[in-house]
Amino acid sequence: MTLTEKILARASGRPRVEPGDNVWVETDILLTHDVCGPGSIGVFKREFGQDAKVWDPAKIVIIPDHYIFTSDRLSNRNVDILRDFAKEQGLPYFYDVIDDPNGSWKFNTEAGQIKRQYGARYQGVCHAALPKLGHARPGEVLFGTDSHTCMAGAFGEFASGIGNTDAGFILGTGKLLVKVPETMRFYLEGEMPPGVMAKDVILWVIGDIGFDGATYRAMQWEGPGVNSLDMDDRMTIANMAIEAGGKNGIFPADKATHTYVSERTNLNGTKTDYNPVELDKDQKLIFDKVYDLSKLEPTVAMHPNPGNRALAKELEKVKLDRAYIGSCTGGKASDFVAFAKVVRGRHVKIDTYGVPATSDVVQELKATRWDTQSVWDVLVDAGVTMTENASCAACLGGPPDTFARLNAPLTCISATNRNFPGRMGSKEAKVYLASPYTVAASALTGHVTDPREFLS
Amino acid sequence: MAKVITSPVYVVGDNIDTDQIIPAQYLTLVPTIPEEYKKLGSYAMVGLPDELYPTRFMAEGSTEAEYKIVIAGKNFGCGSSREHAPIALGAAGVEAVVAESYARIFFRNSVATGELYPYESRERLIDICRTGDIATLDFDTDTLTVGNQTFSLKPIGDVRPVIEAGGIFNYARQSGMIPSKA
Ligand code: SF4
Repeated sequence: MTLTEKILARASGRPRVEPGDNVWVETDILLTHDVCGPGSIGVFKREFGQDAKVWDPAKIVIIPDHYIFTSDRLSNRNVDILRDFAKEQGLPYFYDVIDDPNGSWKFNTEAGQIKRQYGARYQGVCHAALPKLGHARPGEVLFGTDSHTCMAGAFGEFASGIGNTDAGFILGTGKLLVKVPETMRFYLEGEMPPGVMAKDVILWVIGDIGFDGATYRAMQWEGPGVNSLDMDDRMTIANMAIEAGGKNGIFPADKATHTYVSERTNLNGTKTDYNPVELDKDQKLIFDKVYDLSKLEPTVAMHPNPGNRALAKELEKVKLDRAYIGSCTGGKASDFVAFAKVVRGRHVKIDTYGVPATSDVVQELKATRWDTQSVWDVLVDAGVTMTENASCAACLGGPPDTFARLNAPLTCISATNRNFPGRMGSKEAKVYLASPYTVAASALTGHVTDPREFLS
Repeated sequence: MAKVITSPVYVVGDNIDTDQIIPAQYLTLVPTIPEEYKKLGSYAMVGLPDELYPTRFMAEGSTEAEYKIVIAGKNFGCGSSREHAPIALGAAGVEAVVAESYARIFFRNSVATGELYPYESRERLIDICRTGDIATLDFDTDTLTVGNQTFSLKPIGDVRPVIEAGGIFNYARQSGMIPSKA
């Protein structure tokens, strides 16, 4: 069996499963956020009753992250709905925006978008925060009310996005009926050359199979090339399984995985034991292809979809109005460090915005020093408008006052993961997806730019 | 649930993603709150670019679309996992989508909520039908008739009883998976 089949077989209490089988699986973790949490809670209450109790409070993780730093009334209210539910159900893993468990959240417009407006428990983008908080473990089943839940497949677990109704069902029962997907294998060899990042790997692959090329399927990453990818790299790749239509993306757990997971579970006091699945020799695959990482070049997904691939060096004619770095896939500390390497001592030519994925990315960038300067200050000095308010921000547009939202038909290069029309705001805007290196180099020149010329 | 529906159709292209079906700024609306459910419906498909779709899905100022059937190309509903997408269509009065293929989560959410029937076509109907054409969808024969042409659709199969029951909760109750509502 493949990794996905092995996990689903175990979670459904069967010796084996085949692609196409419909099985009821036990959920290890249910993740939700401020956009889909209130609706999922609504479904749960409607169906199980106003006084119903969730199936297991310790298995529910609620991370508000989408529409937080906005004056939109309903958005602020939605965070309060989450808080009330967490209190009522005694949920230990609700990472509130504010510290007062009896308070209510209101964004302070006057204080502005740049300075930190959250309390001690607030995290930021749920998929980046979840593993850091010790909620991702190899061999487990994670469902989340967000399509990029697949990011946790980096840790060798089955992780997949679902809707509110399914989430409401899980809240009451802990179970979900799933169809076992067929598995596609992406076998990686070699190492990424200088100037190439994990983002280039996944953009290349999606361009290869098409952005519906993995619909209903599991994307399994294997091979010696995987060893050269750190956990951040694997997260970037697993994150975008959904951009190829995939049900999940999955990496086998190795030493790097176990080290990360044990450190993080211990740190936050979450469950430390888990039971990983190992690779079988004999796997039934619907697709099997070898990719040589050393052959890859900086890659871009052009407007209007993530499968619309070109090389950065082919797009030098594309003029840009804006650059953006942030999101679950592109707002990690390592992404900002890569970006800073390119812009250090230089100055951006177009409006450039940076939104750290999580609150600890903010801290880390401020604490990491290059000579006398912090990485944060390197970015600010280069002209990047950085906000301390970690969140999804303009990655998905959001309410009109969202930080860095494309409120006009601009052309933007972005380290995020999705570029359908209207994704970052205006439906006339054009978004190009690229690695933090490529976004940085392009910010310096004002057109799409191969970053290698700035890295030598 | 009617076994036959007749309605004007609304035709869209390939890769209509959830941002076009319901733009992210309206996700602040919570579908289980009745007024907000209705509101969601009024924004259905507003993300479609104006120049490609001069005939708008929702007539100015109305909350219900005149189209009960949407005809689409490949990969309908790709992008985010937002259940607001099938819900917005359902709330706007859509009963079925007939697409060449679907993104996985949209299909699943349509079934789980029971909001609409996600039919798959065998032909590329978006090249044959035009917005405003009157079509008849027959659920028992799995066919769509437009003018004098009848197209056989892929049978909706094992998900039909779930949608007919009104979504996974009712279905799970009927099959004894969860206890019936008090
Ligand atoms: S950062 Fe963007 S892609 Fe990631 S969870 Fe937030 S909105 Fe979704």
